[in-house]
Amino acid sequence: MKLITAIIQPHRLDEVKKALYDADVNLITVSEVLGHGRQKGVDEYYRGSKESGNLLRKIRLDIAVNDNFVEPTIKAIIKGARTGKIGDGKIFVTDLPRCIRIRTGDEGSQAIG
Amino acid sequence: MEINTGNTAWVLASSALVMLMTPGLALFYGGMVRRKNVLGVLMQCFIILCLISLQWVLFGYSLAFGPGNQFIGGLTWFGLNGVGQAPNPDYAADIPHLAFMIFQAMFAIITPALIIGAFAERMKFSAFIWFSLLWATLVYDPICHMVWGVGGWVRNMGALDFAGGTVVHINAGIAALVCAIVLGKRYGYANKPTPLHNIPFTVLGAALLWFGWFGFNAGSALAANGLAANAFVTTNTAAAAAGLSWALLEWWKTGKPTMFGTVTGAVAGLVAITPAAGFVDTIAAIIIGLSVSAVCFFAVSAIKPKFGYDDSLDAFGVHCIGGIWGALMTGVFASKAVNSAGNDGLLYGNPGLLLIQLKAVVITVVYSFVVSFIILKVVDMILGARVSQEDEVMGLDLTQHHERAYTILE
Repeated sequence: MKLITAIIQPHRLDEVKKALYDADVNLITVSEVLGHGRQKGVDEYYRGSKESGNLLRKIRLDIAVNDNFVEPTIKAIIKGARTGKIGDGKIFVTDLPRCIRIRTGDEGSQAIG
Repeated sequence: MEINTGNTAWVLASSALVMLMTPGLALFYGGMVRRKNVLGVLMQCFIILCLISLQWVLFGYSLAFGPGNQFIGGLTWFGLNGVGQAPNPDYAADIPHLAFMIFQAMFAIITPALIIGAFAERMKFSAFIWFSLLWATLVYDPICHMVWGVGGWVRNMGALDFAGGTVVHINAGIAALVCAIVLGKRYGYANKPTPLHNIPFTVLGAALLWFGWFGFNAGSALAANGLAANAFVTTNTAAAAAGLSWALLEWWKTGKPTMFGTVTGAVAGLVAITPAAGFVDTIAAIIIGLSVSAVCFFAVSAIKPKFGYDDSLDAFGVHCIGGIWGALMTGVFASKAVNSAGNDGLLYGNPGLLLIQLKAVVITVVYSFVVSFIILKVVDMILGARVSQEDEVMGLDLTQHHERAYTILE
């Protein structure tokens, strides 16, 4: 089992969701986060004073998958999120030792789907 | 002529009411955009309030109402030269000319602001400024002169427009369509509305519009009299009927009535009653209100997706379509019993009025369409009307104004 975490551009969320559904990945958690990578932030001005390089809004996806779904999920995220410009985001894959479904107490692979 | 204090008080108060409509419109529109663009919309509305206030006192008022030919006034009243505390009997015989001027100023301000709904979320701020200034001068002022100015072409035809259905709503609405077509769709627009980021803003904005509209319509009587009361009552009644009928339509078509639909309907009702407010009775106002929602509902939910133009916040669908409906209904329901200075409509045995109303609509639509198109094309050639795709994606707040409306942390 793996936990796939992706940071994407907010305006690509619809496309990513669509690509994930097409790949039969239907369980995702979405949160709003702030950050910047190489894109850097944008200066803001308030009554003349400058706030440099402020953080940009990004969307974070957390998707727990069984091993055979790792590649399709990554492909789907890239398909939906890539624009080819700086700021498209990153995907992190981490090992997931345990997963428990709260309602039933199921553990492991069957708890994920 | 002696100044009537009651009338003057009402027109000045009405001017303040109409002024509040532009910030109201800003909230109405601001709630509808995605949150990365809310300041962009608020800023556009607010800057128009600043910009056109100056344009109007410097030369706009003179072009619209000053002595001139059938199509435009001259520059005789440049800088309000000769527009003073004494009344001008051509327009309002017992209130200061300055009071009439500032009342009209608020109309000149909100009209270009209405167009913002069509190009929201993608127009470059510099291009927007030039477009608005040129549009106010070359489209609003001449149309205003033709319809309301002494000796104006459309006015002499006998067309009835009590408070600006033609001058304000059809005029701005058709320019909105031009903007939606010339600028093209927003990046990623899929022929369906983008999520509204703050519906409570939109509701508050609609409520302020309704409130301000009492000044807009009842103030257009230019006197604190029975006609003002008639316009006040028809305005409230049409807004109520239209809000209710939009909600019922949605209930029937989609299963649930929505808040957004109800306020959209109320605004459509206010638009439609604008030309009619001082010419029709209360029952006519109910019919106009009930029917305009159906017409506008069809325009925004069927016609817009079919043709695929991105009139982002339905400036054309509500203001132009609703305005045309109101202008035509004025030709049906107008009655001399309500306003002896008006005329009888189709229902009272005078089908000719409907034809005149139609002619006024066509003239406004053609003039506004053509000139708006030329202005926008010229601005686009010189400055580029649209922001870059990168800026559009990041939002107008950060890219056009270097500020953001909402923080996530602290």
